[in-house]
Amino acid sequence: MGVEIRVEGLTKAFGRQTIWADVSLTLPAGEISVLLGPSGTGKSVFLKTLVGLLKPESGHIWIGDRDLPRLSEHLLYETRKLFGVLFQDGALFGSMNLYDNIAFPLREHTKKSESEVRRIVMEKIDMVGLVGAEGKLPGEISGGMRKRAGLARALVLDPEIILFDEPDSGLDPVRTAYLNQLIVDLNAQIGATFLIVTHDINTARTVPDNIGLLFRRELIMFGPREMLLSSEEPVVRQFLNARRHGPIGMSEEKDVSELEAEAKLGHDPGQLPPIPPQLMPTDGGVRRSQSPPGSWLKAHGVQPPPGSFIDDLGRDWVQEWPRHVASRTPVAGAQPSMGGPGR
Amino acid sequence: MTRRPRRERRKDPRDGGVATGFGSVTDGVANLTVKEPGRFFALVLDTFRATFKWPFQWREFIQQAWFIVSVTVVPTALVAIPFGAILSLQIGGLIRQLGAQSFTGATAVVAIVREASPLVTALLIAGAAGSAMCADLGARKIREEIDAMEVLGINPLHRLVVPRMFACAFVGLFLNGLVSVVGIGGGYVFNVMLQGGTPGAYLASFNAAAQLPDLIQAEIKAFVFGITAALVAAYKGLGAKGGPKGVGDAVNQTVVITFMLLFLENFLISALYFQFVPQKGM
Ligand SMILES: Nc1ncnc2c1ncn2[C@@H]1O[C@H](COP(=O)(O)OP(=O)(O)O)[C@@H](O)[C@H]1O
Ligand SMILES: [Mg+2]
Repeated sequence: MGVEIRVEGLTKAFGRQTIWADVSLTLPAGEISVLLGPSGTGKSVFLKTLVGLLKPESGHIWIGDRDLPRLSEHLLYETRKLFGVLFQDGALFGSMNLYDNIAFPLREHTKKSESEVRRIVMEKIDMVGLVGAEGKLPGEISGGMRKRAGLARALVLDPEIILFDEPDSGLDPVRTAYLNQLIVDLNAQIGATFLIVTHDINTARTVPDNIGLLFRRELIMFGPREMLLSSEEPVVRQFLNARRHGPIGMSEEKDVSELEAEAKLGHDPGQLPPIPPQLMPTDGGVRRSQSPPGSWLKAHGVQPPPGSFIDDLGRDWVQEWPRHVASRTPVAGAQPSMGGPGR
Repeated sequence: MTRRPRRERRKDPRDGGVATGFGSVTDGVANLTVKEPGRFFALVLDTFRATFKWPFQWREFIQQAWFIVSVTVVPTALVAIPFGAILSLQIGGLIRQLGAQSFTGATAVVAIVREASPLVTALLIAGAAGSAMCADLGARKIREEIDAMEVLGINPLHRLVVPRMFACAFVGLFLNGLVSVVGIGGGYVFNVMLQGGTPGAYLASFNAAAQLPDLIQAEIKAFVFGITAALVAAYKGLGAKGGPKGVGDAVNQTVVITFMLLFLENFLISALYFQFVPQKGM
C-alpha cells in the first residue's frame, strides 16, 4: 500500500528565475509528509513537477523504476493514474455539478455501469462528508466544500499517492481542523502516500510523519516530524515556531546587516516550545505508518522540550502510547476506545 | 530521510548585474521571433495528433458549435445587411453613370461572395468566437481545471481543443453562407427597391458573373479561418497565467493575432484562387 517517491537533485527554473535547486528527498510509502515554506517559494511548482505537469531542468523523480521527467507521454499518463491531486481551490470543472465532477474520472477511464459509478461516487462523497450537496455547482458552494469535493474526485480512482496543495489555505481554523482530521482518517483508511504542501505551521506541527522546509530556493531540511520540531537550525526553528527572530524577514529574507544588528542585541531565541502529540485517526486507531511518540528523539538521544507530547487532557503520550496500542490490538469484538489526543 | 542543514549559498540568479538589461532585450526578441511561434506550432502539431484519437468528443463539439453560433449569428446578420446595401449604393451610383445598371447584380455578387463575406466571417470568428473561446480556456487554466484534467489522465487538447476547433470551422462555413445570402439579399433590396433597378437585370447579371468556385473558395477560407482562430485561442488561453489579468491579456492578444493571421490567409487564398481558377468574363 502506498508507493515511495524518491526525488534526487531536482532543479526547476522559469527562464532565468530559479525556483528551487537540488532538492532531494524521499517520501516514504504510506506516510504523511508535509512540505512547508513561505508563500511564493515554489511549493505549488514542486507539486506540479511531481506529477509531470512541469518539466524540471535537471534531477530525477523515481516512482518504482520509472523516472517521471523522462517518461514517454504514454507512460506518463499511465503513471499519473497512481496520483490523486487536490489542487488549491479544488479545481472542479465549473460546468458540472459535484456528482458529475466526482464521477468524471470513472466515466472517462473505466467501463463501469452507471449504477457502479453511482455506488463509488456516493461512497467517496460520504467519505468527505458532502452527502446532500452532490447536485450543486462548484460556484454555489463554499471554499471548504470545494476542497472536499476536489478530494473526493482525487480519491475516485484509488490513488497510491495523494498530493494536497494548501488544503488549509482560505479556510477558517475550525474547518482547517476538520480537514486535517479528514486527511489523517483517510491515510489510516487507504494507506496511500500523502504529501501536503502548506504554509500553515499548525498543520505541519500536528499532522505529518515527516516535514520538509523549502526556503531560499532550496530544501533546508527534510526528515521525521520530531527531528524538525526539535531542530536548532535557525530557519527551521524560526519558521516552525512562527518567530520574528531568525533569518526570515518580512521581504523573504533579512539582509546581513539586520541579522548582525539582531546578533548584537543578543535576542535569545528562547526555549523551543513543546512538541505536540500527533493527530490520531478519529476512531482512536493507529495508522500503519505512525511511529510511537518520542521514538526518533530517543533513538538519536535528543531531549524533547519540556511539556512535549502532552495532550489537552494532560495525558503524556510517551507513556500513554503502549497502553493505547495494547488496548487497540484486535481483541475480537472489543469496542475501540474513543478519542486520541485532542488538538 | 536525510538531515541536511546546509550553510546558506547565496546565488540569486536574478542578480544578473549589468548583463540583465541587454539580456532581457535579446530574450524578448528571441521570444517573439522563435520561441512563441515554435510553441504555437508545437501546440498545432499536438492538436493535429489528438484529432485522430478516438473517440471524437461529439457532445463538446455540439455544445461549442451552438455556443459559437449564439454569439455570432446576430452580429453577423447585422454587419452583412449594411455591407450589401453600401456596396450597392457605392457601386450602383458609379455604374449608373457609366450606363451599366444591369451589372449591379454582378458586382454585388463578386464583391460580397468573394471578398466581403470572408472578411465579415473573419471579423466575427476572431472577435466573437476566438475571444470567447480564449476567455473560457484561460479561466479554466488559471482555476487549475486544465491541470486537474491532465492529472486525471485526460488530454485537454483532445477533450477540449479539438472539438472547439471543428466547431469553430463549421460555424465559420455556416456564417460565410449566411453573410453571402444576407448580403446579396440586402443588395437586392437596395438596388431593386430603392435605386429603381429591375429584378430581371439584377438576377441575370448575377448569373453572368457568379460561379460556383467563388462560393467554394469563400467557404474554404471560412473553414481555414475557423481552424486558425480556434488554435490561436487555444494557444493563448492554455498559456494564460497570473490570475484574471492574465486571462484578459490572453484574450486581447488572441484577437489581435487572429486578425493579423486571418487577413494574411485571406490574401494568400485569394491569390491562389486567381492563379488557378479561370474567371468568367463579363
Ligand atoms: N508557469 C509559470 N511560469 C513562470 N513562473 C511561474 C509559473 N508558475 C509559478 N511561477 C513562479 O514560481 C514562483 C513560485 O510559485 P508557487 O509555486 O505558486 O509558490 P507557492 O509556494 O506559494 O505555491 C512564483 O514566483 C511564480 O511567479
Ligand atoms: Mg501555491
